[in-house]
Amino acid sequence: MSPKRPARAPASNGSRPRAGAAPRRRPSVPTPPFTARGRSLSDAEFRTAVGAVDAGVDARYAWDTGIAVGGYLRGLRDGKILARECRRCRRILVPPRMFCEQCFRPTDGWTEVRDTGRVNTFSICYVRWDMERLEVPEIPAVIEIDGASAGVGIMHKLGEVRPEDVRIGMAVEAVWKPPAEREGSILDIRYFRPRDAAERAGRTAAGRAARAGARKASGARKASGAAKTRRGKAR
Amino acid sequence: MRDRVAVIGVGHSGFAPITAGLSYKELSFEAALRAYSDAGVNPRKDVDSFVCVSEDLLEGTSIFDEYVPDQIGAALRPVQTISADGLFAVATAVMLIRSGIAGVVAIEGHSKASDIQSPGAIHQFALDPVYNRPLGISALAVAGLEMNHYLSATGATAEECAEVAAANRRAALLNPIAAYPSEIAAADVAASEPLWFPLRSLDVAAPADGCVVLVLANEERARDLSDEPVWIAGVGWSSGSPTIESREWGRAEEVQAAAGRAYRMAGIARPDSVVDLAEVDDTYTYRELMHLEALGLAPEGGAGEMLAGGAFGPDGDVPVNQSGGSLGQGYLFEANGLARTMECVLQLRGTAGARQVEDAGVALAQSWRGVPTTSAAVAVFASDEAVRA
Amino acid sequence: MGQKVAVIGAGMTKFTRRAQETGKELSWEAAKAALDSCELTLDDVQAVCMGTAPDAFDGVHMKGEYLSDGAGGFGKPYMRSYVGGGTGVFGAIQGWYTVASGMFDVALVVCEEKMSSTQPHPQGAFLTIFDNILERPLGPNLLWIFALEMNRYMTVHGIDKRDIAAVSVKNKHNAVDHPSALLGMGGITVDDVLASEVLAWPVQRLDVSPVTDGAVAVVLAAEHVAKRLTDKPVWIEGVGWHLDSSYWTNRDLYYPDYVEYAARMAYDMAGIKEPRKEIHIAEPYDPFDYKELHHLEGLLLFDKGKAPEAMRDGVLYRDGDLPSCPSGGLLGVGNPIAAAGLMKIAELFWQLRGDAGARQVPGSPKRGVAQAWGDLMQVGTVVVMGR
Repeated sequence: MSPKRPARAPASNGSRPRAGAAPRRRPSVPTPPFTARGRSLSDAEFRTAVGAVDAGVDARYAWDTGIAVGGYLRGLRDGKILARECRRCRRILVPPRMFCEQCFRPTDGWTEVRDTGRVNTFSICYVRWDMERLEVPEIPAVIEIDGASAGVGIMHKLGEVRPEDVRIGMAVEAVWKPPAEREGSILDIRYFRPRDAAERAGRTAAGRAARAGARKASGARKASGAAKTRRGKAR
Repeated sequence: MRDRVAVIGVGHSGFAPITAGLSYKELSFEAALRAYSDAGVNPRKDVDSFVCVSEDLLEGTSIFDEYVPDQIGAALRPVQTISADGLFAVATAVMLIRSGIAGVVAIEGHSKASDIQSPGAIHQFALDPVYNRPLGISALAVAGLEMNHYLSATGATAEECAEVAAANRRAALLNPIAAYPSEIAAADVAASEPLWFPLRSLDVAAPADGCVVLVLANEERARDLSDEPVWIAGVGWSSGSPTIESREWGRAEEVQAAAGRAYRMAGIARPDSVVDLAEVDDTYTYRELMHLEALGLAPEGGAGEMLAGGAFGPDGDVPVNQSGGSLGQGYLFEANGLARTMECVLQLRGTAGARQVEDAGVALAQSWRGVPTTSAAVAVFASDEAVRA
Repeated sequence: MGQKVAVIGAGMTKFTRRAQETGKELSWEAAKAALDSCELTLDDVQAVCMGTAPDAFDGVHMKGEYLSDGAGGFGKPYMRSYVGGGTGVFGAIQGWYTVASGMFDVALVVCEEKMSSTQPHPQGAFLTIFDNILERPLGPNLLWIFALEMNRYMTVHGIDKRDIAAVSVKNKHNAVDHPSALLGMGGITVDDVLASEVLAWPVQRLDVSPVTDGAVAVVLAAEHVAKRLTDKPVWIEGVGWHLDSSYWTNRDLYYPDYVEYAARMAYDMAGIKEPRKEIHIAEPYDPFDYKELHHLEGLLLFDKGKAPEAMRDGVLYRDGDLPSCPSGGLLGVGNPIAAAGLMKIAELFWQLRGDAGARQVPGSPKRGVAQAWGDLMQVGTVVVMGR
């Protein structure tokens, strides 16, 4: 690559100031519109260029969940959504943390919140991260959890609902994996679905796929009876 | 002296080879609680600006600065991340305070090295992608090249380097929060696994988990809040050549440049006659020797001999790495410079316990980020008594 | 306050989809152009500030170290700061306090991004921005979080998507006049945006800025130096930055508090009491079209939910009452993350000096604000500049 020709003749270096000394006054020069050079490679050029380097990194991690997130994951395994409470600002926090970021003090204790909530916002996503089209769109959402403080939610996905039926404020409930399949992961909740059966029409491919998954899940839930107990205990 | 800046609080989470069951957030919260309590400040009200140090690939998170504010009391406050050693954050805090935009600044740096499952591959990812990485060498090979050049150019020996490991691991025995205190001899280093000749495994500081938080303040706030402020007399930083093909081997020129700036700011002409103790980068044993030379605390090529003679020991002229250094405390990635600063502060306050250096008035901390990098920072600290004298 | 600081030079590379140059070379080209523009050489520079976003883009661990010699950092105090997407505007803030501290009189700020190195798609670099344990297992991609925020913003205020699409059209039109632009499109219409591929509803293809490689540099100088070097210094009058909680699902995304806090910090420093009267030109961050409107509200230039109306009424065009992104912004000039933010600082510099040529905003604007945003809908960085 050849160096770009400067837009103006470079300043003389004859009396270049020493480091620390103030540079001397020079006439003001008009700045751009500056015509940038530089060239874009085509995809083919990029892949076949001499010396093109194709390298990845084997970056692997085993993150400690820590006390707060570890407790949360154990709760999910048991089919519960656990929160931490700060008794100074009286907030119920999920995902839980051992410190209150507002009060800057330790949070005071665990409390169980409900596995229902409301859609705070959502999207209908038709592409994968590499921009390949998805056959079945995904519906990510922020769900405000019932029993947690107002506006406190988590990110998850929606299922058993037609994309066009989703709306902000919709009441939803968690659809859990059967207990035997839970492993202490956010995925122990398969997704959230509308609480109103009429909204769970699911005539689309997404809805059908979600329904198929849900049938399995709800079957297992009936068998264990865990869902009922959980509701009964909710605050 | 309106521009003077002091350290008024230090806090840590302790350093350990592994901190199972705690997340980095929980480590940071613990260190931050201690630092704010030490400084007597409430971060939600009294701290004007926060500076964190981190690197994405050491966390396994892109744009890691997303995850720093909550656990240090910095949510919805001015927070920035510096991708460099903690001493660069100290320099940043000094600039923020001198610019007038902040009166009190908190600094956080941590290592959760035990989360990293492929440290070698990540380290190698720091090499130039076009020129060096295709060779398939480990980043540590660069340390081997450097050590070999240093030994042959200066006449220093591998045994002298081994003494660095022995001295620092031994010093760590007196530091209750160190991760790797032990009684090892130079012969143990010589017998340890060879890595990239002449570098051996005990020449390399082993990683540890831990967090350090510092609180800095301008003179007015420092006088208000603290009975024993430790003043930052000078700070300097510099970059060398990151290109392996065109760098100065065998001499830490970036450390020399950084030290030059820090000494000028502190008005120090002869560092060896002023500095009472130093916390110096010892990522690799030979590097401590190179750094002592670049800092002007030993003649070029002479640090090894001086160290063997005890000049840098607890009773020497300039005690070095009495904390145990990175070899003894554990390698804390970007928090290294903060751990060194913390040791300087404890020593200058006279609260360093069993490893206290007598009559310590001026202390120096120096950092470098390990191969293949060439950025270095130096800070000079002075006790209140030394400043008043 | 410390010493007064001015921008005295600026330069940039062409913003391209896939630069032939390495990141070091891009940094060098921008640095050289900025120094040439004020007839300085690297010897005149006392400190170098680097801004660049995630290491995953360039594919180099500790990439600030790697870029240092390209950016002119060899043998000099060199430091990399980082606040995600807010980095570019923060670069100017870092440069400001570096000089304002009185420790340096001339600083070079370089922001670089080479996104095209990430394969198969630069979005791969964003997969790991989400919470490692609680969010990544859901398989989120970057578009999700923008779509979630955009939907919330639109729903809370009842905003018509046409008013948002008009931002994209405006910026792509403006960029036609920018010689470095990647995506100047003179013929594009609102209907084109609304007809473009739906990626993650409500986000469509033409709502989004393009993947870009590029670098930008500015030269900052202390007052006593600036006055000797140029007749047209542009002063950094105010700086502000704030980072909100990382628990983004606990916040209401409809309004960017962090931008408002950053703006208030900058306005206070600049002595601005009524930003709507005292700011003549804005370069808010526009990686997505709705973001420009969202940010104009956070900057207190419009009431909450009222920026779309301003777009509809023509206020934001180059000849409107408050020209917004006259450069063409990220949507038009391109979005090499950190470099794009510093491009906004460079644009204010050129506009306030009257040097912006075909892009020049009429009426000789005296004061402007540049802003960037980053992280998990979390960071606001704001700089007020004036002449």
